[in-house]
Amino acid sequence: MSSRLPSWKELPIGAVILEPGSSRRYKTPEWRTSRPVINQDKCIRCRICWSYCPEPAIIEADKPYVTSANKRYEISYLIDYDYCKGCGICAQECPVKAIEMVPEVR
Amino acid sequence: MSKVLTIRDLPREERFAPGHRMCQGCGAAILMRHITKAIPKDAIIVHATGCVEVTTTLYPETSWMHPWLHIAFENAAAGASGIEAALKVLKRKGQLPAEKEIKVVAIGGDGGTFDIGIQALSGMLEREHDILYVVYDNEAYMNTGIQRSGATPQWAWTTTTPVGRVWRGEWRPKKDIIGIALAHKVPYVATVNPAYLPDLYMKINKAMSIKGPKLIHAFSPCVPGWRYEPSITITLCKLAVQTGLWVNYEIENGVLNVTTPVPKRKPVREYLKLQGRFRHLTEEEVNAIQKYVDEQVAHINKLVGKEVIGPVET
Repeated sequence: MSSRLPSWKELPIGAVILEPGSSRRYKTPEWRTSRPVINQDKCIRCRICWSYCPEPAIIEADKPYVTSANKRYEISYLIDYDYCKGCGICAQECPVKAIEMVPEVR
Repeated sequence: MSKVLTIRDLPREERFAPGHRMCQGCGAAILMRHITKAIPKDAIIVHATGCVEVTTTLYPETSWMHPWLHIAFENAAAGASGIEAALKVLKRKGQLPAEKEIKVVAIGGDGGTFDIGIQALSGMLEREHDILYVVYDNEAYMNTGIQRSGATPQWAWTTTTPVGRVWRGEWRPKKDIIGIALAHKVPYVATVNPAYLPDLYMKINKAMSIKGPKLIHAFSPCVPGWRYEPSITITLCKLAVQTGLWVNYEIENGVLNVTTPVPKRKPVREYLKLQGRFRHLTEEEVNAIQKYVDEQVAHINKLVGKEVIGPVET
C-alpha cells in the first residue's frame, strides 16, 4: 500500500471498489499465537479442514504426495500462513489428528 | 436437486477472499465462504450493516468477488427489492437479454433482520420479489459490543442484559423469524448450520431454483460474544444440532422436511457449558432450557408426523 492516500479526484465516482477480492493485500499472520502444521503422512485428504477454514487459509493443491507407507495422493492440503489466524478449528476437527498447533515463537 | 451432495462436491474455487478482519474462528466467515461458492458467479449480493459487512469491506479493500452493494442496517431487503425490480425493467427495455438470469441475494445479521430490518424484510416477502435472503444469526449485536437483539436466546448474558441479583441475562425468548416468514406464505424457508456444509449447498441450490422470496436462517457462532475458545466453533455447531436446540430443516410450499435427523439427543447442558454467556445458569435454569428444547422438538416431530428428533440420551 502506498504511503499517500488517494485524493477524492483520483477515486472512482461513488468511491466504489473496482478490484474484487482485494483484501488479499492485507495479511494477518500476526493474529496467530500458534500455527497449525499438517503432517502430510498422517493426513487422509478428507477435506474437512479445508471446508471448515474461516479465512480461507487452507489451500487444496494439485500436488501429488507419496506417504512413507507408499500411498500416493493426488492432492495435498497446504496452509497459507499469510492469512491463517490460528483459530485451531482445523486441528480440532481433524478426524486423524494430523494437524498440530505449534506455538509461534519469534 | 435429487442427488445428495457430499463434502467432495463442494467447489474448490474460492469466491470469498482471505485477509478479511473477522475474528479467529468466526462462524459467519465459514458461512460466507460457502454461500459465495454456492450462489451463481454473477449473482448480486446486497449486504446489510453487520459484523460481516464491516470486517470484509475496509476501504479500499473488499473480500467479495461478486457484485456487492453495501446498504444501511435496516434496508438490505428493500435495496435487494430495488435491484430485482431494476433488472426486470432493464430486460423489458432490451438492455439486458431477456433470457439472462441474474439472481439477487440479500445477507443480513440477526440485528439487521430480526429487529431493524424486519419492516423491509416483510415488504420484500409480501411483494414476492425473486430474492434469497440469508440471515446469519449470532444471537446479539456482536459488531457494536454484544448488545441483545430479538434473536438472543433466553437466559443468555449480553452487555445490555447483564447478570446480577435481579437480572439473570436475557429474560425474553428468541423471536421466531421462520414463523414470521411463513406467515407471508413464502415458497421456501430453511435453516442451515456451518457444520453441515453439503446440506447448506443443497438448500442454497434449491432456493436458487425457486422463484419468489426465500429466507435462509443460518446458525453462526460468535467467539467473543458467546465467550468460548475459537477452536470449538464447529464443535458448538454440531452440538447445537445434536442437542435439538437447532434443527436443520426446510419448508417448501408448506411441507416440512427435517434434513438432519437426530436419533438420540444429547442433553442441552453439553452445549451450554462450553459458553461463557451461559456460565451463570443454575440447575433450574438449565432444566428450564431443556424443557423449552423438549417442547420445540415435540412440536417439530408433531409437524413432521414421525419422530425425526429422538429422546434425550441418558
